[in-house]
Amino acid sequence: MKKNMYTLDGNEATARVAHMLSEVIAIYPITPSSSMGELADEWSALTRPNLWGTVPAVIEMQSEGGAAGAVHGALQAGSLTTTFTASQGLLLMIPNMFKIAGELTPTVFHVSARTVATHALSIFGDHSDVMAARATGFAMLASSSVQEAQDLALVAHAATLKCRVPFLHFFDGFRTSSEVNKIELLADKDIRAMIDDELVFQHRARALSPDHPVLRGSAQNPDVFFQARETVNPFYAVCPDIVETTMQKFEEITGRNYNLFSYTGAADAERVIVLMGSGAETASETANFLAERGEKVGVLNVHLYRPFSVKHFLQALPPSVKVIGVLDRTKEPGAAGEPLYQDVLTAVNEGLAEGSVPYAQFANRPYPRVIGGRYGLSSKEFTPAMVKCVFDEMLKAEPKNHFTVGIVDDVSHTSLDYDPSFHIEMHETIRCVFWGLGADGTVGANKNSIKIIGEETDNYAQGYFVYDSKKSGSVTISHLRFGPNPIRAPYLVGQANFVACHQFIFLERFNVLKYAMPGAVFLLNSIYGPDEVWDQLPEETQKSIIEKELRFYVIDAYEVAGQTGMGGRINTIMQTCFFAISGVLPREQAIQEIKHAIEKSYGKRGDVIVKRNFEAVDQALSHLHEVNVPKAATSKVTLRPPVSAQAPEFVRDVLGAMIANEGDSLPVSAMPVDGTFPTGTAMWEKRNIALEIPVWEPDVCIQCGKCVFVCPHAVIREKVYSPDFLDGAPEEWQAVDARWKEFPEMKYTLAVSPEDCTGCALCVEACPAKDKTQVGRKAINMLPQPPIRERENIKWDYFLSVPQVDRTLISLKSVKNSQLLEPLFEFSGACAGCGETPYLKLLSQLFGDRTIIANATGCSSIYGGNLPTTPWTKNSEGRGPAWSNSLFEDNAEFGLGMRLTLDKQLEFARELLPAFAGQVGEQLVDAILTSDQSTEAGIKEQRERIELLKQHLEKIDTPEARQLLSLADIFSRKSVWIVGGDGWAYDIGYGGLDHVLASGRNVNVLVLDTEVYSNTGGQASKSTPRGAVAKFAAKGKGISKKDLGMIAMAYGYVYIARVAMGASDQQTLSAFLEAEAYDGPSLILAYSHCIAHGYDLIKGLEQQKLAVQSGAWSLYRYNPDLVEAGKNPLVLDSKEPSIPLSKYAYNETRYRMLLQSNEQRAEELMQQAQQDVRRRWTQYKQLSEMQYDGNGDQPEE
Amino acid sequence: MVDLTTSYLGLSLKNPLLASASPLSKKLETAQQLEEAGVSAIVMYSLFEEQILQESLKLDRDLSRGAEQFAEAMTYLPDYGTYSIGPEAYLEQLGKLKQGLKIPVIGSLNGVSSGGWIDYAKKIEQAGADALELNLYFLSTDPDLTSTELEDTHVELVSDIRQQIQIPLAVKLSPFYTSLPNFARRLVGAGIDGLVLFNRFYQPDLDLEELEVVPNLVLSNSGELRLPLRWIAILYNRIQADFALTSGVHTAEDMLKSLMAGASVVMIASAFLQRGMGQAGTILNDMAEWMVEHEYESVSQMKGSMSQQAVGDPDAFERANYMITLGSY
Repeated sequence: MKKNMYTLDGNEATARVAHMLSEVIAIYPITPSSSMGELADEWSALTRPNLWGTVPAVIEMQSEGGAAGAVHGALQAGSLTTTFTASQGLLLMIPNMFKIAGELTPTVFHVSARTVATHALSIFGDHSDVMAARATGFAMLASSSVQEAQDLALVAHAATLKCRVPFLHFFDGFRTSSEVNKIELLADKDIRAMIDDELVFQHRARALSPDHPVLRGSAQNPDVFFQARETVNPFYAVCPDIVETTMQKFEEITGRNYNLFSYTGAADAERVIVLMGSGAETASETANFLAERGEKVGVLNVHLYRPFSVKHFLQALPPSVKVIGVLDRTKEPGAAGEPLYQDVLTAVNEGLAEGSVPYAQFANRPYPRVIGGRYGLSSKEFTPAMVKCVFDEMLKAEPKNHFTVGIVDDVSHTSLDYDPSFHIEMHETIRCVFWGLGADGTVGANKNSIKIIGEETDNYAQGYFVYDSKKSGSVTISHLRFGPNPIRAPYLVGQANFVACHQFIFLERFNVLKYAMPGAVFLLNSIYGPDEVWDQLPEETQKSIIEKELRFYVIDAYEVAGQTGMGGRINTIMQTCFFAISGVLPREQAIQEIKHAIEKSYGKRGDVIVKRNFEAVDQALSHLHEVNVPKAATSKVTLRPPVSAQAPEFVRDVLGAMIANEGDSLPVSAMPVDGTFPTGTAMWEKRNIALEIPVWEPDVCIQCGKCVFVCPHAVIREKVYSPDFLDGAPEEWQAVDARWKEFPEMKYTLAVSPEDCTGCALCVEACPAKDKTQVGRKAINMLPQPPIRERENIKWDYFLSVPQVDRTLISLKSVKNSQLLEPLFEFSGACAGCGETPYLKLLSQLFGDRTIIANATGCSSIYGGNLPTTPWTKNSEGRGPAWSNSLFEDNAEFGLGMRLTLDKQLEFARELLPAFAGQVGEQLVDAILTSDQSTEAGIKEQRERIELLKQHLEKIDTPEARQLLSLADIFSRKSVWIVGGDGWAYDIGYGGLDHVLASGRNVNVLVLDTEVYSNTGGQASKSTPRGAVAKFAAKGKGISKKDLGMIAMAYGYVYIARVAMGASDQQTLSAFLEAEAYDGPSLILAYSHCIAHGYDLIKGLEQQKLAVQSGAWSLYRYNPDLVEAGKNPLVLDSKEPSIPLSKYAYNETRYRMLLQSNEQRAEELMQQAQQDVRRRWTQYKQLSEMQYDGNGDQPEE
Repeated sequence: MVDLTTSYLGLSLKNPLLASASPLSKKLETAQQLEEAGVSAIVMYSLFEEQILQESLKLDRDLSRGAEQFAEAMTYLPDYGTYSIGPEAYLEQLGKLKQGLKIPVIGSLNGVSSGGWIDYAKKIEQAGADALELNLYFLSTDPDLTSTELEDTHVELVSDIRQQIQIPLAVKLSPFYTSLPNFARRLVGAGIDGLVLFNRFYQPDLDLEELEVVPNLVLSNSGELRLPLRWIAILYNRIQADFALTSGVHTAEDMLKSLMAGASVVMIASAFLQRGMGQAGTILNDMAEWMVEHEYESVSQMKGSMSQQAVGDPDAFERANYMITLGSY
């Protein structure tokens, strides 16, 4: 019978089973589990039924804690319920997990195991999250591959019903969750056969019901809690046997064999590695490879980790074992050993200790030695070479214990050395590596290729995709394998038969051909043809091609894309070339399959899309050429260093290695011990991702500063300076007379950093100045970057050397003046044209030199704090924002904590200072204690006083003086900013935010409101407006947007502003200044256009205007200080809605796609949303028109 | 009782008042109101190939933007459903109108590519349209393109479409052809049954404050009647096709003039949009009253009665008319 083979990733394989076996699914997005929830939501939206023919109810909650609560409740009411999560999300579920397990409630939580944030956040995979949940009482079942993720998901669902112990089914985040692999799909009838409906009925019968009421969840006391807690033991005791019989039943149905502990390798193995997750696949394949070559090695793959069955463990272990090496993909600092290691030690000790060995096969054998080690944290590569080195270590008389493998630990010397050249790849398996630019569609095409190979040929196939940390101009590397045998290689391709480089510029930046094996094929997308390309290659590339005897092909994919209307998307062109060269399918069939995939992927988007892709495919091969490779390297060009030689040592040696994609080679000693990094490092990265950059036309410019204001990347800046600086300026320098009354006789220059610009063109959109003879020419215009890069760099470098304007000399209340301030947030990796970053840049300009930032997890924490470099920077005095990210859910509290410390320290310092009046001078003490720091000048004077104070204190050798010296800087004003997105503020962090606002403390909250969870791919939040489509709201959000501003207004003492800089930059500026000046909590809701809204962000500012004009985003400021003056605190800053909502909304695909897919619902929701606008405007207007007397907040009758 | 019946594109109509292509046909309810008010046929809003192309390209761009380039977000929008981006929504609406109306429904098509014109024309025929109006809207901005080349292209296109479909075919033209009668005759030679005169250009405006070119939609007024009136008067009987007059018909008087110039029917949109669907009944009643008053028996009697060939002084429609107009100042 033909097997039901399908090519998909671990998340989809798992979610399919979970959706089929659930009635209620509570979800919340978190990488890398999000797609399981998205798929479940999608399937229910498409009315796909579960096993019993009803469509599961899917609900998005406000946090994982909320999801777990909803799961708990749904279970108590008798539904089959599931959820998906990872990392911090799982940690938030733990309290409920204890309850669910304590109540013996069958459920399965599917977890794509991910690193828990410690010294840093990591989205990648290890077992630190699931290990943190091992005390909850959940059974824990580990899958090692995509196939297992599907199969053991089913085993978990079947077993939990039988044993009543809830299950945590986990697999490695990214490595398994996102690996695409060809698997045998479970047939519906197989799933049906595994599930006993009687057990479902029993679960339902145990549910809470007023028809047969019980009470569950009592409070118990010392007299009985303990005994009650012990009642569950029999359930746990039989659980392993139940799982085993379930696995046996599964084998009878599907033919696929699983065990609680699966052993692979030599039957007489003396060295056995024990581990779980995807690493077990690698280890097992390596053990087989070595065993075939006579080594007595084996691997025990732990599937059922909890309840840990000593019996089954020992039964699975070959009695010949002498050394057991336990590998943990987690770290528990301070523990006697990592968890799996400790479990194995316990099992061996308990099972084999003299007199208690129940297992005959171990009788009279020496007690095996057990060592433990760590590997693969945060998806660190775990390769056969590393497995071999562990086996080799186990051969030693005194093997290292508590070792690490995969890194170089030159601090604690835990690491094992390994030979990276060792590999076990089968000759028949073809391995390919593709370098792509995110926007060129490489990953999508490769996913299609893997599906084509997996589903249209007899080959097995695997795809894994590596992304960099930037959201614009990101580099992707696709690793593909295919061949006649199942592919069990969950690690990156090392030696590729085929390497494709889809962007020529990568050759200058990366060692692209390090992946190529001798004799491999190299395909390059090049504007240079077969006769010219050689001379354009860097020397390193030429040498690799010659030394490895590569076959070298070029294609000008951009030419083909241009001719066929594909723009920058070269994916199908390069894909066609790959199939043509690799020969995996006959050429005609390959083209047919590619076209079939195109139809499947793009067909519903319209015929023209399909047609253009078809044309691209048809034209590709005529542009593909093999290059005659010369015998010698002749290039004068070499790989560009990742950062300038002028960069600081740490940037050059450590961050530079990360930028060059060589971060794996950095030793432990290179890393900071506590996660502390210098700021101001993004300036060294010079990513050169803009095809076009803005160029200044001084004759048209009116020096308004609007371009500088809106630039999301701080690459366009202005300065006013003394004409003296014209002497020595480079030839290319441009300057005009400054138009500032404060600065007569001064010069003005606008400059652009060509290598940091992303080419978003928002600045050009914002520019209001037009040439009177040719209105299409503005004061800045986009021009191709390469020809002017050098010229603009010379100008930029000189610009940086010109001093900043003295900020004490200008009023900051005008947009024009504010943009003379130095941005202390620059060159982030945010999306080109990002709507959030201009607000952060403004914050940094106005208050950066005195600000501490608490940043919620999300887009802003990623472009703000994702290595290798950081955009937050400092000024020439060394001052700048100090930034930290705690968690997603706690950011308001985190920021409040900062404020508490600042306030407490100031209080303490003020207590200490008067005692020093005699030593430092009474006048200085008084001046410090009574300083007015409401202006820049006031702050500057106070800083000078503090310096004086410190000089005095350094000369006083008393404990009190040292105390005060360590606190002295607190006398200068500090500002706390709490920054995050709407997912944080409206949903997961709302409880904390509410409390912090209610606290009355002087914190400033900036909500970068994109109306979705942008960072995880656009899931709906409570900020999502009615009628907009988002993930988890695929039918269009049916309820109105939460009005966070109005909720906060209810306190009466919170400063609130709703701003949209594209609609009013002046109002935005005023709001920031007022919020910071207000001595109490402030909340700024900032409209942030976003890639998830579905339009070209170059129109972001225009959309902001329309949002305001339509009333979707009315502007206001609520300043409680006004009440004291007898004024109404609420000031409306925008006019009554003047255009229909639809005129704003239907420019965006998030709204339009509903119109295109369900016109009737779209119209209904748009009508209701229009009513929302009316209702809210009326509310705001009425509130703003209330009369306040001079005595407080009582309105006049 | 006067006889208001007329014939247009081979369709026998109860009167010569049609609803011209406008958003009023986007909803069955409004189309039914037009029918109740007395219009004898409806020309549907145009199916714009260019709009379909742009919708497709925009959707594709927006769904692809940012996709599969960042580990935490493979996409930014859910892409679950199917989208009515192609001609399907139009064809579905055509089907609904055919089902819900007793009067004939004429499809309207504005294409870009040759393949698109033919493909969509066939689909409109298959969806049940009683006739098809081709909306030839082409703004020539290329100095190298001659009027002959442009006209050849259009004639060839019309001929290709004619060969592919069986239903009656009309062409809606702009007034800006060097030799309109010649071009009209060539179109008739290519197989069309009627001419709709004229298409209205929506001319953009300039915003002096923002220095921007802005779209500006202005509904027609009776003053616009003159241009089509004159050309129909000139073409009537010279070109063997039915004529529909559109642009500027707001009153019974406008309609009477149109018929006398030689139009078989008039098409109205602006008057309905401005004053409601009931305007159809008012115009028809007023026209009938006028005919009774002036002792006209039927529409066919008056049709073309003031065409260039029918009036005593043919110069009135030609250059002499220009001289007289100037002289009147």
